[in-house]
Amino acid sequence: MPLSSHILTVATFLPLVGAAIIAFLPRENSGRVRMVALIFSLLTFLVTLALIFGFSRTAGGFQFEENYAWITSPPIHYHMGIDGLSLILIVLTGFLTPLCVLVSWTGITERTKEFHIFLLALETGVIGVFVSLDLFLFFVFWEVMLIPMYFLIGIWGHGRKVYAAVKFILYTMVGSALMLVGIIFLYERSGSFDYPQILAQLSDGSLPLTHTTESLLFWAFLIAFAIKVPLFPLHTWLPDAHTEAPTAGSVILAGVLLKMGTYGMLRFCLPLFPNASREFAGLLSVLAVIGIIYGALVSMVQPDLKRLVAYSSVAHLGFVVLGIFAFNVQGMEGAIYQMVNHGVSTGALFMMVGMLYDRRHTRLIKDFGGLGTTIPVFSTFFMIVTLSSLGLPMLNGFVGEFLIIIGAFHARVLWGTLAAVGVILAAVYLLWMYQRVFLGEVTDEKNREIPDCNRREKWLLTATVAVIIFMGIYPQPFLRQMDVSVARVLTRVNPEPVAAHNSKLPAAPAQAQMAPPPRPRNRATTGGASR
Amino acid sequence: METLLLLMLLPPLAGAALNGIFGRRFSQGLVSAIGCGSAGLAAVFAILAALTSHLGPDSPPFVHSYFTWIEAGSFRADFALYYDRLTLIMTLVVTVIGFLIHMYSRGYMEHEGGYYRFFCYLNLFLFMMLVLVTAASYPVMFVGWEGVGLCSYVLIGFYFPKKSASDAGKKAFIVTRIGDAGFTVGAALLFWTFGSVNFPELFPRVAALGLGDQQRALTAACLLLFLGAVGKSAQLPLYVWLPDAMEGPTPVSALIHAATMVTAGVYMVARSNVLFVHAPEALKTVSAVGCITAFFAATIALCQNDLKRMLAYSTISQLGYMFAGCGVAVFSSGIFHLMTHACFKALLFLAAGSVMHAMSGELDMRIMGGLRRKLPITFWTFLVATLAISGVPGLAGFFSKDDILAAAYNGPLGAPWLYWLLTVTAGLTAFYMFRGLFMTFCGKSRVPHDLEHHVHESSSKMTVPLMILAVFSVVAGYVGIPKVLGGSEAFDRFLEPVFGGSQGLLAANGVVAQHPASDLVLMIGSLTAAGLGILIAYWFYLRSPEIPEGLATAFSGAYRTLVNKYYVDEFYNWLIVHPLVVGSRKFLWQFVDVGVVDGAVNGSAEATADVGQVLRRIQSGNIRSYAAWVLLGAVGWLGYLLLR
Repeated sequence: MPLSSHILTVATFLPLVGAAIIAFLPRENSGRVRMVALIFSLLTFLVTLALIFGFSRTAGGFQFEENYAWITSPPIHYHMGIDGLSLILIVLTGFLTPLCVLVSWTGITERTKEFHIFLLALETGVIGVFVSLDLFLFFVFWEVMLIPMYFLIGIWGHGRKVYAAVKFILYTMVGSALMLVGIIFLYERSGSFDYPQILAQLSDGSLPLTHTTESLLFWAFLIAFAIKVPLFPLHTWLPDAHTEAPTAGSVILAGVLLKMGTYGMLRFCLPLFPNASREFAGLLSVLAVIGIIYGALVSMVQPDLKRLVAYSSVAHLGFVVLGIFAFNVQGMEGAIYQMVNHGVSTGALFMMVGMLYDRRHTRLIKDFGGLGTTIPVFSTFFMIVTLSSLGLPMLNGFVGEFLIIIGAFHARVLWGTLAAVGVILAAVYLLWMYQRVFLGEVTDEKNREIPDCNRREKWLLTATVAVIIFMGIYPQPFLRQMDVSVARVLTRVNPEPVAAHNSKLPAAPAQAQMAPPPRPRNRATTGGASR
Repeated sequence: METLLLLMLLPPLAGAALNGIFGRRFSQGLVSAIGCGSAGLAAVFAILAALTSHLGPDSPPFVHSYFTWIEAGSFRADFALYYDRLTLIMTLVVTVIGFLIHMYSRGYMEHEGGYYRFFCYLNLFLFMMLVLVTAASYPVMFVGWEGVGLCSYVLIGFYFPKKSASDAGKKAFIVTRIGDAGFTVGAALLFWTFGSVNFPELFPRVAALGLGDQQRALTAACLLLFLGAVGKSAQLPLYVWLPDAMEGPTPVSALIHAATMVTAGVYMVARSNVLFVHAPEALKTVSAVGCITAFFAATIALCQNDLKRMLAYSTISQLGYMFAGCGVAVFSSGIFHLMTHACFKALLFLAAGSVMHAMSGELDMRIMGGLRRKLPITFWTFLVATLAISGVPGLAGFFSKDDILAAAYNGPLGAPWLYWLLTVTAGLTAFYMFRGLFMTFCGKSRVPHDLEHHVHESSSKMTVPLMILAVFSVVAGYVGIPKVLGGSEAFDRFLEPVFGGSQGLLAANGVVAQHPASDLVLMIGSLTAAGLGILIAYWFYLRSPEIPEGLATAFSGAYRTLVNKYYVDEFYNWLIVHPLVVGSRKFLWQFVDVGVVDGAVNGSAEATADVGQVLRRIQSGNIRSYAAWVLLGAVGWLGYLLLR
């Protein structure tokens, strides 16, 4: 069989192959270890890019499917496949991992070999989560991925690293345990672990769930995902894990691990349990908005740079959850876009905080100041990433946030409006941080000595900034990729089928009911519903 | 045409990119050639576009979509440009004045560090401002809107090692962002109500409505958009960032914080005139806010001793006039004043920059005086601008301000109180402007000795733009001579295709001024106010300088309040900034996050461990105790069965 029919397997396990090769390299030669890690992460990235070219934007269902029996009893399959949603997240993972290798180039000097083995194993775990279509397989990857992360934090972390690693593992395990119960229950009822099969059974009514059962199942899955996101008030593992993790760990953690939570909501909670999703959408939107504002305010007062960025993730992911539970195209596409944005921008912020840490061995904001004069190139890159994070138009962050606000405003006027207030707060905490670190006089003589970006860092940051700008100016390729998947989720979750394409658009808002404008029916012709 | 518009937009962007990326290695000459050249090209193409657009009175606006920017479901925002007569005026104002200020900056920034950085930001600003005024949809307008905000942020904080400068930049960005949130939500509301945020679709749909239809949605949307304008154009209560913005280099104050960016709010309201006339309540809010701001800021300007800060409050006040003009539904008067104000206020700032240059950076008018002889060109051009802003007949400001005053009384939504408050403000304006002029240029020199011998007129790089702007400050008004003076109101008629529909709607619904008055009487009223203002300033600051000092001691409470700008900054700090920071730190973070939420998490972990500790004792490894447990269990079970 040609390799192309196993492309998902290749994408998933290529990093693990790299890890295996590294395992046989002599530990003294850390240069070669890094090079192998870089080559394999880049190869994986190329494979994920190849997926884009083979992917059909219009085809329904899952693509590049691979389905083999793995365990006969119970019937567990090695079933993989992707749709627009998973594709985007896989490419994001592929993009971030080489950056992680590069950013650790000089920062990681101890146990380099093990570090890269864990990093690549982590990538396998993450991609596995995104491609699995068998609930059991999904769960395996979901759990497997925790182990390398645990060691990355526990061994190469800083400060209270063991505390942070244990907290991370235990927190996630609580959620996983609930989800496992949910998965087994679904298997008991449906006789299958296969996601498309279960979904079909639930959709055509052959697997009826009572209201209580559906709610319980919904929460069993949702809590697992909400912890990963993290959704307020389940977020307290995140500041510790982020702060104590090594730079590459933070980048992967923020960049893709958090997305596994929102991915899970979109893939499992909404399509499998649409009634419960509708019922609790209001509650979850409230938690999301609390996350946006609370995360921003707490972020604002953090004395530690990394902790500040960590809390800002709570706010950004609040946007994503808000968009998902708006149940309309704008909110959901905005949410998915925002997942990628957050991965790129916050990933970049963590990388840069790491670069500062490598230079000064401190992350406290008060130890910096005036870096704009001493390291101008770095400061400029940092500014651009900051602006992307606070949602400046023409940079990536805006597109996602704007669509989410539009979508959320339609679903729940008040929460949509409050989310817009969150955008103000993003400017407050980010610009204040920027001011204290980069502007003003140089107060600490040590800050005068530090070197500006070297060539490796320049390339790394240029690549990131290029993505940031491209995604801000031309989001079409990304957004169109997700249309079909989003429409499918929406038809499941919205009772009336028209809502998915929003062709009869202004039906819902209170204002629109007062006096219908003269030409409302023509609207679809001007909007994008003609697709 | 679409190529021409692109040719106008792209040179500043290219200039910014070139100087931004490679500028460090370029010589000053090359940097300024790129910077000024691209601004000049933009101006040339703006003029060409104006000449070749052939927009007749009935021709529809030119719209061209370049590519799809954001699309999701039925939401769609193309990167599309919109060119009508309003755009024409705005692009000319932005590029021509922008070009002159670029030229001036060559001289002004000569001895400053970061020359390339300055021109990069200035070019980027020009690009963003052009995007703002040519945008064909609210999202694209928002690109320019936030883009100019960004440039404003980096340019205010240009001297970023200074804490006050970086504070001011941050404040400007955050305060205007409060308004921007309103803009975003307003756009969302418009989208869900009318199904589009693109002007070519949205405006006709709204125009097709009768007055009173969709009242709630439109009023809410307009007020939200206006919130954006209030932030960007520094109106009450969000004006506080603009005076601090004077920390930036003076050409920046002239270009961004006087002539162009701060007028974006006025432009946006005028551009959205179709929406606003359908929401008269929102429009009344606009005129009220504008009018009160005009008066309020003018009173603060009375007692400012810092030349640039005085001009900043004056800008806030003049922007208030423009909003008042738009708010009474005579949008063309607001735009007219926007245009003339851009000329004379840019001139005032650039002249102030020339003074600052001569005074080695000093801006305190109390240690100036008598600079007229040493800075003749600066003085004469400053005088022209002062006369213009004071509304002295024959200069640009007279025509445009008078247009607004007449509209405030006689416009469709006009009201006498608007006129009277604005007229009093006109008097105050004349007073404080002449106060500034006299304190700076006339009377005896109070310049300290060590500065005195440095004082010199600026180079021609700086004075030539001053002279050109002085000419504009005179002639710009003649495009709109009122009917009272035998003119034809050419400016209003030129903008008829843009605003005519809105005014027609009001007229058709019988919305007219309640108590119309003769334009001539109104004009005499404003002239009297201006005359009095100038006379009192002359009397106070040239004839008997002891009077203002006496007044300041006699009414020390009022004087201190004005000097301290009504303590608004202090009030905001006390009410919002401080509680937000301290509340977030002490309550949200240290109490809620660490104490309650994480406390619960760690608490449950500890509880689990404690339970484990207790249960561990059962697993003692002692066979006899296991036997005892078994016995105990058996007895318990039997007991249960028996007693059941």
